[in-house]
Amino acid sequence: MGANPSPARRRRTTVAVRGAVGLLAFLAVGEVVGRSGLVAPELLPPSSVVLARLAEIVGDPAFRADVVATVLAWVISLGLALAIALPAGLLLGSVPGVRIATRALVEFLRPIPSVALIPLAVVLIGQGPGSKIALAVYAAVWPIMFNTIYAVADVDPVLRETAAAFRVGRGRFVARVLLPAVAPFVLTGVRLAAAIALILLVSTELLVGGARGIGEFITQAGSGGGRMDLVLAATVVAGLVGLGANALCTAVQRRWLSWSDVP
Amino acid sequence: MSTRLRRAAARWSVLVVVVVAWEVAAKAVPSPFFPPPSAIAAAGWRAWFSGPWLLTDEARTDVLPSLARLLGGWALAACAGVALGLAIGRSRRTSDYVAPLLAFGRAVPPPVLAPVFLILFAVGTPMQLATIVVGVVWPVLLNTADGARDVDPVKIDVAVVHRVAGLRRLREVILPAAAPRILAGLRVSLSLALILMVVSELVASTDGLGHRLVVAQRSFDFTAMWAAIVLLGVLGYALNAALLGVERRVLVWTR
Amino acid sequence: MAPMLEVRDLVVDYGDGTRVLDGLSLAVARDEVVCLLGPSGCGKSTLLRAVAGLRPPDGGTVLVRGRPVDGVPDGLAVVFQDYGRSLMPWSTVARNVAFGLPRDLDRPTRAARVREALGSVGLADVADRRPGQLSGGMAQRVAIARALACRPTLMLMDEPFASVDAQTRADLEDLLLRVRREYGTTVLLVTHDIDESVYLGDRVLVLSPRPAAVVDDLTVDLPSPRDQITTREDDGFVRLRTRAAERLRYPDGAPETPRA
Repeated sequence: MGANPSPARRRRTTVAVRGAVGLLAFLAVGEVVGRSGLVAPELLPPSSVVLARLAEIVGDPAFRADVVATVLAWVISLGLALAIALPAGLLLGSVPGVRIATRALVEFLRPIPSVALIPLAVVLIGQGPGSKIALAVYAAVWPIMFNTIYAVADVDPVLRETAAAFRVGRGRFVARVLLPAVAPFVLTGVRLAAAIALILLVSTELLVGGARGIGEFITQAGSGGGRMDLVLAATVVAGLVGLGANALCTAVQRRWLSWSDVP
Repeated sequence: MSTRLRRAAARWSVLVVVVVAWEVAAKAVPSPFFPPPSAIAAAGWRAWFSGPWLLTDEARTDVLPSLARLLGGWALAACAGVALGLAIGRSRRTSDYVAPLLAFGRAVPPPVLAPVFLILFAVGTPMQLATIVVGVVWPVLLNTADGARDVDPVKIDVAVVHRVAGLRRLREVILPAAAPRILAGLRVSLSLALILMVVSELVASTDGLGHRLVVAQRSFDFTAMWAAIVLLGVLGYALNAALLGVERRVLVWTR
Repeated sequence: MAPMLEVRDLVVDYGDGTRVLDGLSLAVARDEVVCLLGPSGCGKSTLLRAVAGLRPPDGGTVLVRGRPVDGVPDGLAVVFQDYGRSLMPWSTVARNVAFGLPRDLDRPTRAARVREALGSVGLADVADRRPGQLSGGMAQRVAIARALACRPTLMLMDEPFASVDAQTRADLEDLLLRVRREYGTTVLLVTHDIDESVYLGDRVLVLSPRPAAVVDDLTVDLPSPRDQITTREDDGFVRLRTRAAERLRYPDGAPETPRA
């Protein structure tokens, strides 16, 4: 074999090449369909036009401000949700009676699609960024709290007994045993929360004027001018933002939680 | 069975306590934004269930279109997701080619699809259906692909040795092996479909529960708004419970 | 008449270039039970996969009834080691046994074949249960019944009794000896257990560590029918198992240290 690259390395190259081919093929199909006249170009612009528009809006400070507004609101709402849900989950999860009651409540609240609260929140809180953040926090709290409660109830009793045997104090127990033990579940909760929070943020931006964000940009480009090219370009940016968040979560998991087998 | 009954009783009693507490609080400190549950229930009953054969005309324009879009979109996404997922999961080559596209498709926040399809189809059911289908296909597709990829190779060997191939191998080996993952994906998709049904109707619609919410908001009728929210919650709960029931029957062998 | 199975100079590589089998040859006559005895990881299972047509060889040939193997040969059945993985947990026992039956059989014939196979492994009364509701020994009997239902002329068994407890194992060994007489099946059985190979086999082929080569071919001439108690006490049995153990331990020839 000698000079040949290792099979693992060869496999990585194959994956990269095939992935690129797939992506290019998709863009080519988009280009051909867009230029074929089967669909009006205003309705489905060719890929090259969308990519050109993408380059344009990425260079546009107003659009960049929209993206920052959405991402910032996302980070703030996830931070707030974590700050509320983690302590609440740890507390509620430690008391069996309260745990059962909270789980029941969550089970009844969870089926209510949180986006249905948008019209109410807008009237209650107003059209600024406040309502979208409030809605995103509301939606993001549940998955984190639910997972934390579940994880606390699930902490290996051997760990508790070990800590007790070594006379570990309350504070040290939380810091050294409880938090690391629940961390992988909390991260899973944060992942779910991130997805639902983004859904709430973008939906609110789509529906309510006056709050800057990617959703607002898309609404204006869409219902305002019927500019499909701009809408698609902004959609691509929204997808890239989502990809970035996924990559971040995966990196956190690899870096700090690689010992856990929680997916 | 008795533990299950006891747990259900505990669950429902929590709900009753919360509803009663809300009722008392709303009566004690009246607020137009938070009407008492009794008023919400009465408004909902009057609006949708007081017709000659239970359902009123309003139910026919609010509830039925929403339900049809939700279930239709979810069913279409389920079929497409399972079919594509099987193709991708059973062929490493196919999976290699589409991996970046899948990663991107899954990462797009689904509500932005509503304006895209609004331009493509204008206001109407095709727009809502397309938003739901494209938005909720991912969990089914990715879960099915994972499930189909991870079928125990020994079971595939058994199928090869016994000359069980093609559709029969799919039906008797790969689909059942992937079924737990597929059903998990279907459950995620169902709750997402409910969300997208509401979003797409809020964005642009002339009927459906989302449209009802918009109308109630414009006329500052908060009781009607809460009634729609509660009905959506009941729908979500009922659909999820039904799917869990199906899951229990299909996956008997996992217990 | 061509032997039931003939393997000539078989070469198999793993994907990473490791050679698992390097020129292995062996033959199995009709109606014989041949045990392949070898250390863990020597390539026994790879050999079985090549014979079953599950893995094309990288060199050499496999002939079943004189015909080169290209895909799964006719009249072949395989019993895999791990019943937990080889049975379909979602199907009933009866459906598992029917899994390998030819498509063109009509319903009553299929049902009869399933009943017969389950009967010969003593499981007629659990046809409607699922594998998950059975003990390990029962589940492995289902796997054997699935193989028997196809009326195989050649049955390959990959460590078939390695995942069950000792008592069950003895029962299953006797079951195998009985059913292979009833069905007139040629058996090639892979094992790493010396006693088992001598107890079951008409011949024992001792394999060297990877890449496996046949280092000894022991003919087992023990009185028939064999019995878990008396056969294992037989002088011939003890002599053979000692010989097999030596060859397994010192594949390149025993050092000159005769035991007392």
